Amino acid sequence: MSEPVTFLSRAEALIGSHEAQAVESGIRNFLVRREHAFDVFPIGEELRDRTRAIRLHALANLDRLLGHFADKLGEAGGQVHWAADAVEARQIAADILKRSDAKLVVKSKSMVSEEIEINEHLEEEGMTVLETDLGEFIVQLAGDTPSHIIAPVMHMTAQDVGRLFAEKLGVPYTDDPYELNRIAREHLRESFLRADAGISGVNLAVAESGSVILVTNEGNGRYTTTAPRVHIALMGMERIVSRWEDASVVLETLARSATGQHQSVYTNVITGPRKETDPDGPDELHVIVIDNGRSDILGGDTAEILACIRCGACLNACPVFRTAGGHAYGTVYSGPVGSIVTPGLYGMEPWWELPYASTLCGACEEVCPVRIQIPKMLLQLREKAAAEGRLPAWLERGISRYGRTVSDPQKWASAKKWASRLSAPISSDGWIGRLPGPGRGWTQSRDLRRPAKESFNEWWRKNRGT
Amino acid sequence: MEGPQVQLFVTCLVDSLAPEVGRATLSALEKAGCTVEFPVEQGCCGQPAFNVGLVDDARTMAAHTLDVLDETEGPVVVPSGSCAAMIAHHYSALFVGSRREEQATRVANRVWELTQFLVDDLDSSLSASCGGCKVAYHYSCHGLRELGLDHQADRLLSDTDRTELAGDKECCGFGGLFSVEMPAVSTAIMDAKLDRIVASGADTLVAGDVSCLMHMEGGLRRRGSEITVRHIAELLGDPQ
Repeated sequence: MSEPVTFLSRAEALIGSHEAQAVESGIRNFLVRREHAFDVFPIGEELRDRTRAIRLHALANLDRLLGHFADKLGEAGGQVHWAADAVEARQIAADILKRSDAKLVVKSKSMVSEEIEINEHLEEEGMTVLETDLGEFIVQLAGDTPSHIIAPVMHMTAQDVGRLFAEKLGVPYTDDPYELNRIAREHLRESFLRADAGISGVNLAVAESGSVILVTNEGNGRYTTTAPRVHIALMGMERIVSRWEDASVVLETLARSATGQHQSVYTNVITGPRKETDPDGPDELHVIVIDNGRSDILGGDTAEILACIRCGACLNACPVFRTAGGHAYGTVYSGPVGSIVTPGLYGMEPWWELPYASTLCGACEEVCPVRIQIPKMLLQLREKAAAEGRLPAWLERGISRYGRTVSDPQKWASAKKWASRLSAPISSDGWIGRLPGPGRGWTQSRDLRRPAKESFNEWWRKNRGT
Repeated sequence: MEGPQVQLFVTCLVDSLAPEVGRATLSALEKAGCTVEFPVEQGCCGQPAFNVGLVDDARTMAAHTLDVLDETEGPVVVPSGSCAAMIAHHYSALFVGSRREEQATRVANRVWELTQFLVDDLDSSLSASCGGCKVAYHYSCHGLRELGLDHQADRLLSDTDRTELAGDKECCGFGGLFSVEMPAVSTAIMDAKLDRIVASGADTLVAGDVSCLMHMEGGLRRRGSEITVRHIAELLGDPQ
């Protein structure tokens, strides 16, 4: 039987690879910029407190806010659809598109669209779906998956993109980012004008006005949501705040934490479809509010993770993410936040291992603009996994035996003696170079100190004991 | 001047793998004027079990630790930020709503990490020395982020020759059982750390946690590196 594909096996394949090196250098840039953004803005910490309060309040009143939002959006001429899961969400979108006879669909970046795998579904229905965010465009062209929630091609270098464009678009090779950008823009421009429908995500919805907000650093979001006849916005049901005042705080925090910008280049506010006096805009606006497991998370121990504003700061701060890259997680939402969201959305099997892909160093919580207690929730999910009997038997038995031994002073004293004696044949010069069994994970790359001949306890009893 | 009477909780790793760190901690505390007691029945704080989610086993160890420490009086000093944080921050959650909740809070309030106790409580003039060595200091994660340990070591090390270590507040990749369960990831994080330590020009790596040190020392040895690895207590106290 072959070994199952796990976080570890994916990480092993990625560590030290070209892809992992690209991630490492990409992240360094992000970190410097984020730090600068908080340095130059002295109320940064207060902003985090306010963001947290706003998001927790929204979660506590989610049903009310969504109700207000739907009413206001209706007044503005838009329509809300409620999707219980990915299947429903895809079906609603496909029905809308078929009704309006859409053939070419342009998309701006949306993680929830990845979550519900809408592209594949619409393509099966005979539509052409074109990603228009530069990163997502590259990912689609490469037949790859995004590896970072805000920087989908963090795992590729400019050279990789140059080679891809040369191969797929038949342009001369270049690794100049401006030139690559120009090539993509030229390729996409015509599609925007021909597209029948646009699909976007929603960074934040505002209940009091029924608006959806989309932040981007490229003009594609604006094109996607204004040029085609129909605009479908896919929205995770937690992505809402009560008032504009709240939205302004969250947007400020989001830009600073995500990219170290004071504000994203484009902040698109969409309130209903085109009005008669508007020069452009879609005839129809549909917002599909997607549950897909979020209600389950909301009712459990990890509810707070829904306060996440998807800035990606925890990914950039995480030593595990930085080392292995987003693809090691094998799922749409990677890094510390993904390790909590993923088992919540898709269930513990096979995702229970993701909460273990962390050293619990706490760097994620330290940078989280919403002060989400990520390590605490990783521990809660580990507790759940252990209670479900998912840990390997050697670990479960070993820990249980260890616990009983160290909590019995006589047994502990004798265990230390035995450990020292038993390690004698496999040590040299006080060090063990190779351990059998599960301990081999350690000695694969590290020597291990041999258990002391005389423990501190024994030394104390001899020299200081009364 | 009569110093305080303190209880030494050495941690299971120091006790069994690095007893010299326990002796150095004892010496440092005595040099700082403390009368040190060592509750001989002590075991493990329970963190290995807690961190993999085996909370019942963690409770077994925590309950024993609480019983042993609760029989004593005065500050409990721990030469590990990680184990000190376990007792100080996580015991109350482990026993919330149980009959031990009060005991957990009582003991947690008495716990100090070694450098935290020397600097923040005693305001000791004790100063680290290592005979002209060049020190790279690693701020271990749990001490740094759960106990706010940073200025304490800086002050204690102010007479030593400190090198600038890039990423000195970033994880070394140990992560407890993570180091055994996900060895490739743990090692890759460590390797980046060791490269930076080597690049800093230090000849001695110092930290406040034996766990992280044992991981990095094991890696340095495997590389054939000449860099010496010491717990900060060993630069404060005398070997005995």
